[in-house]
Amino acid sequence: MRGRLKNKIRYGAVLALAAALLPLAPACAASVSVAVAANFTAPARELAADFQHATGDTLQLSFGSSGQFAAQITQGAPFEVFLSADAARPEKLAKMGLGAPGSVFTYATGKLVLWSAVPGLVDDQGKVLRAGKFAHIAIANPQAAPYGAAAIETMRKLGVYAALAPKFVTGESINQTYQFVATGNAELGFVALSQVIKTHKGSAWRVPQSLYTPIAQDAVLLKPGENDPAARAFMAYLKSPAALAVIRAYGYATTH
Amino acid sequence: MWPAIKLSLELATVTTLLLLLLGVPLAWMLARCHGWWGETLAALVALPMVLPPTVIGFYMLILLGPHGPLGPLLARLGLHTLAFSFTGLVIGSVVYSLPFMVQPVRHAFRALGPGPWEAALTLRAGPLDAFWSVALPLAQGGILTGAIMCFAHTLGEFGVVLMLGGDIPGRTEVLSIVIFNAVDNLQWAEAGRLAAGMAGFSFLAVLAMFLVEKRVSRLRA
Amino acid sequence: MSGIEARFAGRLGGFMLDAAFSLPGTGITGLFGPSGCGKTSLLRCLAGLTRLPDGFLRVNDEIWQDGDIFLAPQHRRIGYVFQDSRLFAHLTVRRNLQFGLRRAVARGIGEAEVVGLLGLEPLLQRYPARLSGGERQRVAIGRALLAQPRLLLLDEPLAALDRAAANQILPKLREISQLFAVPVLHVSHDIVEIERIADGLVLMRQDGRVAACGQLAGMLTDLSLPFARQRDAAVVLEMTAGAHDAAYGLTSYSAGGVTLTLPGQPGAPGAAVRLRIRASDVSLARQRPDASSILNILPARIVEAETAAGPHVNLVLGIGGAASPIRLLSAITRKSWDALGLSVGEVVYAQIKAVALAESR
Repeated sequence: MRGRLKNKIRYGAVLALAAALLPLAPACAASVSVAVAANFTAPARELAADFQHATGDTLQLSFGSSGQFAAQITQGAPFEVFLSADAARPEKLAKMGLGAPGSVFTYATGKLVLWSAVPGLVDDQGKVLRAGKFAHIAIANPQAAPYGAAAIETMRKLGVYAALAPKFVTGESINQTYQFVATGNAELGFVALSQVIKTHKGSAWRVPQSLYTPIAQDAVLLKPGENDPAARAFMAYLKSPAALAVIRAYGYATTH
Repeated sequence: MWPAIKLSLELATVTTLLLLLLGVPLAWMLARCHGWWGETLAALVALPMVLPPTVIGFYMLILLGPHGPLGPLLARLGLHTLAFSFTGLVIGSVVYSLPFMVQPVRHAFRALGPGPWEAALTLRAGPLDAFWSVALPLAQGGILTGAIMCFAHTLGEFGVVLMLGGDIPGRTEVLSIVIFNAVDNLQWAEAGRLAAGMAGFSFLAVLAMFLVEKRVSRLRA
Repeated sequence: MSGIEARFAGRLGGFMLDAAFSLPGTGITGLFGPSGCGKTSLLRCLAGLTRLPDGFLRVNDEIWQDGDIFLAPQHRRIGYVFQDSRLFAHLTVRRNLQFGLRRAVARGIGEAEVVGLLGLEPLLQRYPARLSGGERQRVAIGRALLAQPRLLLLDEPLAALDRAAANQILPKLREISQLFAVPVLHVSHDIVEIERIADGLVLMRQDGRVAACGQLAGMLTDLSLPFARQRDAAVVLEMTAGAHDAAYGLTSYSAGGVTLTLPGQPGAPGAAVRLRIRASDVSLARQRPDASSILNILPARIVEAETAAGPHVNLVLGIGGAASPIRLLSAITRKSWDALGLSVGEVVYAQIKAVALAESR
C-alpha cells in the first residue's frame, strides 16, 4: 500500500515536471496513458490519432507484452487503460480490484494465420503442415500469448501436433514470432493476421475459425483511469463505428 | 528448471572457453597496436558492451539465417539456419561477451608494458615463446577476471538468447528465459527462486573476481 | 675476426643517432655520454630491440645486421641488463636465472659458477617482489650471463642503486668479463664508475655521435677530449703489487719501471691492481725535493700542456722513462707554470700527494 502511494507521488512529480516543461500544451485537454498489447500496435496508433482529432484529448501509448504489463499493473504501474492481447489477464486484474468493475469488454478478436515469407510455400488449405517439409515452425509462447495457444489448438485439431512439436521455435511475443518468419530463420509460422494483412509478401493461409477458440482481446479500465473522463471516453470510443472500422481493416473481427 | 540450469551452465562454459581461445590473442594484438586502426578495431570489439542485446540478437538472427552471409554455406551443410540451435546461441554469446574478455585482458597486457616482453626476447625466447612463458602468466589476473566476467555475463545473458533462441526446452531455453516466462505468466514464486539463485551466483562470481584482483595486486607489490 | 664493429645512423623518434665504433673482443668498454645522447638507443640497436634501417653490426665473425640482414633479438647471442632489472615477477630467482639458460644453444657459462660468483644462493627460492634493488640487479646480471652471450650489454645497471650496493656489484663485472671471456659494453653517466672497471671507452656527444673511442688510459690523458680538462680529471694505472713493508704498513706497486708506494695491503704480491691518480693531486718541482713528506716523487717529462686561458694549466706527464707509455695528469696554476718557467719537453719531478686504489683485480 505504501509502495503504491510512493509510486503515485513519484508519478505525480514526473507529471508536474512534464507540465512545467510543456507550457504550450492546451490546458483543458487531458492525457490518457494506455498499455497496448504489441500485436495491436498499428491499429492503436491510428485509433489514437483519430481519437485525439475527435476529442482533443491525447493518448500516451505504451507497447509491450501483455504479461509484462499485467505484472507491472499489479505493482502499481499508473496505466489508465489496458488493451490486452487476451481475455484472461484483464479479468484477473479486475478480480484483483485493479480495474473498474464491469469495464472489461472485447475490443477485437484476433485471427490466426499460417504465414511464410517464401511465396508459394504455404498453400490455401494448410496442407504444408501435413507434408512437414521444413526445419522450423514458429509459434508464440502458448503460455504468454493467446495466438500461441490458438496455434497449438489448430495443430491438434489437424492431428499434426505430435509430428511438428520437435520443429517448434517459440517467440516470446507474437511480434518476435513474426520476426523469426520474416527473417527466414523459420520457414513458416503462426502469426496474427493483423501483422501480415498489409504486406503482399510471401504466402499465407487464414486458419478457419472452426479450428481454434476465438482470440478475444479484452480491454479494461484500470483504477487510475476510473475517475478520468478522458479515459472513459476512450473506452466508449473503442466501441464506436469509426473505431470498429479501423480495427476490422487490420484483420481483426469485432463483436459490437 | 534443471535442464535450463544445465543448459545455461553449458552455454557459459563453452562461451568462456571459446573466448579464452579467441579473446586473449585478440586482446594481445589490440594491446600492442597503437595506430588509429587499432583503436577502431578495439572500439568495434567493445561495441557489444554498449549496444542493447536485442540489437545484437536481431543482427545475429539475420546474419545466421538463410539470407545471411552464412546462408549458402549452411545450405551446403544441409542446415537451414543457425538460429534456434545451441551453436547459434554460442556464436551470439561469444559476440556479446567478447568485450568482457578483451577489455580486462587488454588492460592487463598494456599494464605490463614492453619491459618483460623485451627481456624475454633478449633471453632467446621467440615471440610465441615470450607470449606463452611471460606475457600470459603475467597477465593471469586480467585473464581470470575476463573469464569470470564472461561466464557470469553469459549465464545472465537474456536479450540475445531471446532474439535468437526460439525457446526450445533443453536446446535453447536457458535460465534467464525461464525466469522471464515465469514472470510473464505471473508465476512469481518460481521466478523469485530462480532469480535469487542467479543473483547469489552472480554475486559470488564478482566477489571471486575482486578477490583474485586483490591477490594479484598484492603479489606484484 | 674477433671484436665488434657497429655502425648505426638514423632518426629515432625526435632525435638523430649517428654512431660508429668498434670494440675489442674482450674486456669492459664504457659507453659514456651526457644523458639523452642516445646511449640506451644505441644499446637497443645492438640488441635488435630497435631496428634502424641503415645499420651494421658484426660480432666476431657473425654479421647480425647489414642492409637486409637483421637478426631478431632472440637470435642474437647478447645478454642485456636493463636499468630496471625487468625480472619476471611470476618466476622465482632460480627460474629467472634458468630462463635464458634453457633456451640457449651453447653451454659454457654454468649455473653454479654464476650463482657462486654473484652470491645468489640464498635468493634462489625467492620471488623478485621480495628482493632489494641490488639483489635484483645481481639476479638480472646472472640471468643475462646464463643466456650464454657473446656480448653483454649493461644499461646503467647500477644507476638506481645506493653507493654500497653499487660497490658490491662493480668488482663482479670485472670478474665476469675475465672469467667468462665475454666482452662487456657498460653504459654509464658516471666517469668514476668507468674509471674503476673499464678497459676501453666510447664517448658519445649530445648530438648522438661518437666523439671518440679507444683505450681508457689513452682517452683519459687526451687533452683534446673533455676528461683531461675537468676539475676532477684523473688517470688510471694498471700495476702489480710488490713487497709489503709490514713495519710501516706500506705496499709498493710497479709497472713499466715505475714504482709507487701506498698504505694498505689489498692483495698478495703479484696481484694486479688499478690505481687512480687525480690531476689535482700531482704537483711539480724543478729539483727533486730532498726533504718532503710526500712518498711518491718521480722524474717526469712534460709531454703536453694546455696553457690557453683560465687560472690553471693542464699537463700530461710521461713517467718511467722515454720508452714507457705511462701517463699522468697534473693541474697546476698558471702562476706556478710561469714562475717555474716550464715548457713542453722539460723534465721535472712529479710529487704525487695521493694515490687511490681504484679496483683490485
